[in-house]
Amino acid sequence: MSVKKMEMKATRDAYGEVLAELGAENKDIVVLDADLAKSTKTVDFAKKFPDRFFDVGIAEANMIGMAAGLATAGKIPFASTFALFGTLRVGDQIRNSICYPNLNVKIAVTHSGLTLGEDGASHQAVEDVALMRAIPNMTVIVPADAVETKKVIRTAAETYGPMYIRMGRPKVPVLFDDSYQFQIGKGVQIKDGSDVTIIAMGVMAHIALEAAEDLAKEGISARVINMSTIKPIDQEIIIRAAQETRGIVTAEEANIYGGLGGAVAEVLAENYPAPLRRVGVMDTFGESGTPDALLQKYGLTKENIMEKAKTLL
Amino acid sequence: MTKVVDQQLLSELKVRANHIRQEIVKMVTEAQSGHPGGSLSAADILTVLYFHVMNVDPENPRMPDRDRFVLSKGHASPVLYATLAEKGYLPKEELATFRKINSRLQGHPSYKSLPGVDMSTGSLGQGLSAANGMALAAKLDKKPFRVYALLGDGEVQEGMIWEAAMAAGHYKLDNLTAFLDYNGLQIDGEVDQIMNPAPLDEKFRAFNWHVLVIDGHDLEQIIGAIEEAKATKGKPTMIIANTVKGKGVSFMENQCGWHGSAPNREQCEQALKELLGGME
Repeated sequence: MSVKKMEMKATRDAYGEVLAELGAENKDIVVLDADLAKSTKTVDFAKKFPDRFFDVGIAEANMIGMAAGLATAGKIPFASTFALFGTLRVGDQIRNSICYPNLNVKIAVTHSGLTLGEDGASHQAVEDVALMRAIPNMTVIVPADAVETKKVIRTAAETYGPMYIRMGRPKVPVLFDDSYQFQIGKGVQIKDGSDVTIIAMGVMAHIALEAAEDLAKEGISARVINMSTIKPIDQEIIIRAAQETRGIVTAEEANIYGGLGGAVAEVLAENYPAPLRRVGVMDTFGESGTPDALLQKYGLTKENIMEKAKTLL
Repeated sequence: MTKVVDQQLLSELKVRANHIRQEIVKMVTEAQSGHPGGSLSAADILTVLYFHVMNVDPENPRMPDRDRFVLSKGHASPVLYATLAEKGYLPKEELATFRKINSRLQGHPSYKSLPGVDMSTGSLGQGLSAANGMALAAKLDKKPFRVYALLGDGEVQEGMIWEAAMAAGHYKLDNLTAFLDYNGLQIDGEVDQIMNPAPLDEKFRAFNWHVLVIDGHDLEQIIGAIEEAKATKGKPTMIIANTVKGKGVSFMENQCGWHGSAPNREQCEQALKELLGGME
């Protein structure tokens, strides 16, 4: 595993690119969007494969239902919109029309979490991970960077079943190189460490790495795990971290209740009780602001991760 | 639409519909749970679909090119199960397991448990969108299969139905035919008193559908309407079927209370007697 950190790229841009690649490779892939194709970047697919692209207008419920119908006939639909509209607005449709019949629909969303930014709380999904995780048959994946996003989308296209794939709006550092291997249900250690473990998802992965680098300067050895599959979660890597280090800090750009922090807490409590600190959205709505300002204000920072890590020593 | 239909076919379909009604009454009685009223109102439509119109094979329930049926008003599952049993998808004895533990016959249709069910439904408003997706898939693959959906008149109060109606018109899904089981009653009372959806013909026409209004218990009219739908190009067809809730059982007809309650043994016997009498 090699981790680099130079290029900046939005996961949604990678989504658009990989969809357009996959469209040529697999004729069963169809893409749906609800009037946000330019933002979710499905427009790349739409231009290349207009026959297999359906912009359903501002009607997310129908988009989810149509995706279900397409899947019953062997299509692999990627239904795209912002995280909020692709989850809370259509919770019943996802549950009853996709997950209950266990259909091969991928709900691939962008503009998740606080880093959607200036549009404010009405558009910032912080509850989506917890909600999607609670639906039987649903797999929940939050890629950390553009490279992982491409691997995730390719894997999703090749793997049967309902999936929720959560991407973001702003550019984030590219952590992985092309040799990176993504596997559903496997966390990946992106930095070795023996004192504490930081388990992060999505945009928080690179911030967790920065925290670990700064902790190292203070003589604290922090392990960092990128946990891109939130469900099914990699129990083994969590338990090993609990056994080998003095405690775990989770870092997520979602509500700590029911999200990554909640999922890790469940694994620890049932298998190997160990101290846990959660960094994430502390059960609150966001507000308008730049992504960076929001991350600062709501404590989704390397400083907060470091502080929490030190309480475990 | 007033084509002359073979009389032998009509009498055969009439017998089938009657069998299906009997099974509906029996299974809801056996389960002591379920929705007889809106199942009986739709029995003639499903009979025509499964015994005259749809290209389906009970031996190969998931064959890729089969015609599809989506029971959007999923609470009318008894009419679907009774029809599938009559068609040979499952033994009639299995209908007695309806709504019981370990049964394939869930309270509302389950795609995963029972081959022959083309979509899980029950949460109202979602079926038409799924039917859209199926019809769109047929168009994409240039396949000949057609998609049928059955909606309730109360169900169209759901906003999602209108999203789906808009999309079906927009995508010119002429391989999609929907029925609206217009029996006029919903759980809380009369549909036009609770939240009046009328005029539905004008609404669907405005969404670029071809619309027909028929007597939903007249087999000849149902057949004629489906033929007209098949012949209609560039538009989905909505067949607004005026029906009677509880049709065929005198004490259930037009009674709101029979939306979601089960007959007792005596009522069941009475209902079966009436239905059998109807065949004489």
